[in-house]
Amino acid sequence: MLVRSPQAALQRLFDEVGSVDQIGIDERVVKYGTRSVKKAAKLWGLRTAVTMVDLTTLEGKDTPGKVASLCQKALRPHDDASIPPVAAVCVYSSMVRHARRALGNNSAVRIASVATAFPSGQAPLKTRLAEVKAAVADGADEIDMVINRGAFLAGEFDRVQDEISAVVTACGAATLKVILEVSELETYDSIRAASFLAMRVIRPGDFIKTSTGKTSLNATLGNNQVMLEAIRDFYLDTGVAIAMKPAGGIRTAKQALTFLIAVKETLGDAWLNNARYRFGASSLLNDLLRQLEKEKTGAYQAPYYFSEAAESY
Amino acid sequence: MPSAPVAKKSSRTPQRVASRAGRRAPELIFGDLWAFDPAPESADPKLKPRYDLFINGKFVAPKGGKYFDSINPANERKLAEIALASPADVDAAYAAAQRAANGVWGKMPGRERAKYLYRIARLLQDRAREFAVAETLDGGKPIKESRDFDVPMAAAHFFYHAGWADKLEYVAPGRRVAPLGVVGQVIPWNFPLLMCAWKLAPALAMGNTVVLKPAETTSITALKLAEIFQDAGLPPGVVNFVTGAGDVGAAVLNHPTPAKIAFTGSTEVGKIIMRSLAGSDKKMTMELGGKAANIIFDDAPLDQAVEGIVNGIFFNQGHVCCAGSRLLVQEGIAEKVLAKLKARIRTLRVGDPLDKNTDIGAINSREQLTRIRALVAAGVKEGCAMFQPDCALPPKGFYFRPTIFSGVSMSSRVAREEIFGPVLSILTFRTVDEAIEKANNTAYGLSAGVWTDKGSRILKLSTELKAGVVWANTYNKFDPASPFGGYKESGFGREGGRQGLLDYCKLI
Repeated sequence: MLVRSPQAALQRLFDEVGSVDQIGIDERVVKYGTRSVKKAAKLWGLRTAVTMVDLTTLEGKDTPGKVASLCQKALRPHDDASIPPVAAVCVYSSMVRHARRALGNNSAVRIASVATAFPSGQAPLKTRLAEVKAAVADGADEIDMVINRGAFLAGEFDRVQDEISAVVTACGAATLKVILEVSELETYDSIRAASFLAMRVIRPGDFIKTSTGKTSLNATLGNNQVMLEAIRDFYLDTGVAIAMKPAGGIRTAKQALTFLIAVKETLGDAWLNNARYRFGASSLLNDLLRQLEKEKTGAYQAPYYFSEAAESY
Repeated sequence: MPSAPVAKKSSRTPQRVASRAGRRAPELIFGDLWAFDPAPESADPKLKPRYDLFINGKFVAPKGGKYFDSINPANERKLAEIALASPADVDAAYAAAQRAANGVWGKMPGRERAKYLYRIARLLQDRAREFAVAETLDGGKPIKESRDFDVPMAAAHFFYHAGWADKLEYVAPGRRVAPLGVVGQVIPWNFPLLMCAWKLAPALAMGNTVVLKPAETTSITALKLAEIFQDAGLPPGVVNFVTGAGDVGAAVLNHPTPAKIAFTGSTEVGKIIMRSLAGSDKKMTMELGGKAANIIFDDAPLDQAVEGIVNGIFFNQGHVCCAGSRLLVQEGIAEKVLAKLKARIRTLRVGDPLDKNTDIGAINSREQLTRIRALVAAGVKEGCAMFQPDCALPPKGFYFRPTIFSGVSMSSRVAREEIFGPVLSILTFRTVDEAIEKANNTAYGLSAGVWTDKGSRILKLSTELKAGVVWANTYNKFDPASPFGGYKESGFGREGGRQGLLDYCKLI
């Protein structure tokens, strides 16, 4: 009789979706960093990255006032009016209504809310679903959920998928982003497997997302690559285009451009827009603006030109 | 550029059968939505208009007074004039090498020789960018390879062997070692500077002196290395460079002085050399051609295997003796691997070798380009299915698109002959034994690759594949500490590591 253990279950899933060689991935992504993006290509990359930012504040000390200033920054990132707004603001579910008030109803900036007992997900499913519904009712356009890592590591894949399906239903018209919390999945094999579990139950245009930003290791080029390749394989297999959001740890424009090169060379042009790719970040935006300003003026501007502050915008 | 909003979803139930009959299969678009601007490396290669021979520590004009042009294969423009050595120059070079061997270098304590080698390595690192640009201009390889591989690896070889120079008593435990004396070396054009370092560093560490002939199309970086030898104060005559074509090479190899001949190049030329040296007491090492099998099993991590295949065959435009030019794929995944390979190859950038984003540069010479074209035409004629991405090529210069042949049989010319260009032949197999048989069914035996998740299979293949190097789940990995060399018609002798040193000494 076959052993019924979490390892055996994982093994069956790996066999089905294929494995990942860690050294190979790490070597592959180093090559993205050696691409040299200059002049017009750099400008395009930086502007595109701005439109892909999910400007995020996820602190216990968030206040309606801080969220309102975040929304302001999201709509008008810089004095230079030619800079486009970011894709979305990302806040806790209790802050959604404040964000909606700040942005109004026909905003160019969408509201994303983390939900499902973010970041741990350790609450009863009923509670998690209720939080999703409340956030949507308050005006969230997008829901960032966390998967049940405990269940995943225990090999209970049906439960992981059923919970994601339940959240899909609770989302209604809102876009869903499924956070795998890659640092808790430990291996690239698990990240690939979890990506497939999620992609099989979410809708076209929904996202898979690397991390909450609340653990020690967040988005890296390596786990970004594993997920991009999973999205590509799933797309070529089914025709369903899933979007991607790396989150946490992307702080510099140079990093963002390198992630975008990975997208360009793995998924191609159709993913180089904010319907298919996002950055979950907060300090990234100002570095993008700094680099854009540098391309325009030829000189780096002082930090105080970019409404930068440790506590809020 | 769309702004923020995401398209509204029309349906809750996704279409999951897009690849079924009647619908077009989903495809990825690798277009020019985000085209990269040119990013040429701007370091000055500091080329001289004319390079003389390097004999007895000095640059000297050739006795015949003749020079030939070295051109840039990327645009066919002349880079510099290179001295054409005559037999009298080769004599002079060997005389200088003999004096240095008897007078200083052979008698110098190893720890003193080490200081020179360390100095050479550091000076090479100091001038790394300059050397990388010179290497790319002269040979056509992409700047990212000369910058990230050739030059650092050349320095690494000098560092590694500098470390050995004062520890030679440990090279052969229980035996003492002595230098051979004077060594004659001839190197190819695919890794001009690196091959120079591979050949020179162990010879010098062991206390030998050298007369070396670089390839005629790529002499410049060797002669730039001679400038470093001067700066490092290397005693005159320890290294001598004579430049020219095959006749100069023959003069170097057939000269009575050298105690050992080291050659890297084609199997065809290697055979001629061995014939001419038969009966002499000269030691020899030969590093010749290859037609390596890269074997992919169905349990391999496919994307990383594809990356390894691409690295294995398209590295340095396929001008690599250990290139993984025969891909053996297990039957069940052949189609999938081919599809993934095609997609990957569409993102390779072919063009100006000096551009930092170029993945595949220029073919080294018109002659080589002609040879590649002829073999590819033969593959098409034999009925193999050919795939090339439709990338644009620069109007001037020698370029060839990355090429894949599928449905190749064991008897095809593209499966048997070394093409030495960016051309991959794909064959399939069913069982492990069949893979081993097909991999070994070649006159060559330099290298092989194995891709599988199963460790025991790797161990089995590493013993059964008749190849000097077997890479597992990777390809084209080099280290100065790891011996490199071939079986069968790929040559004999090893370069690198302890084994490489043993090929440059007498055991007493």
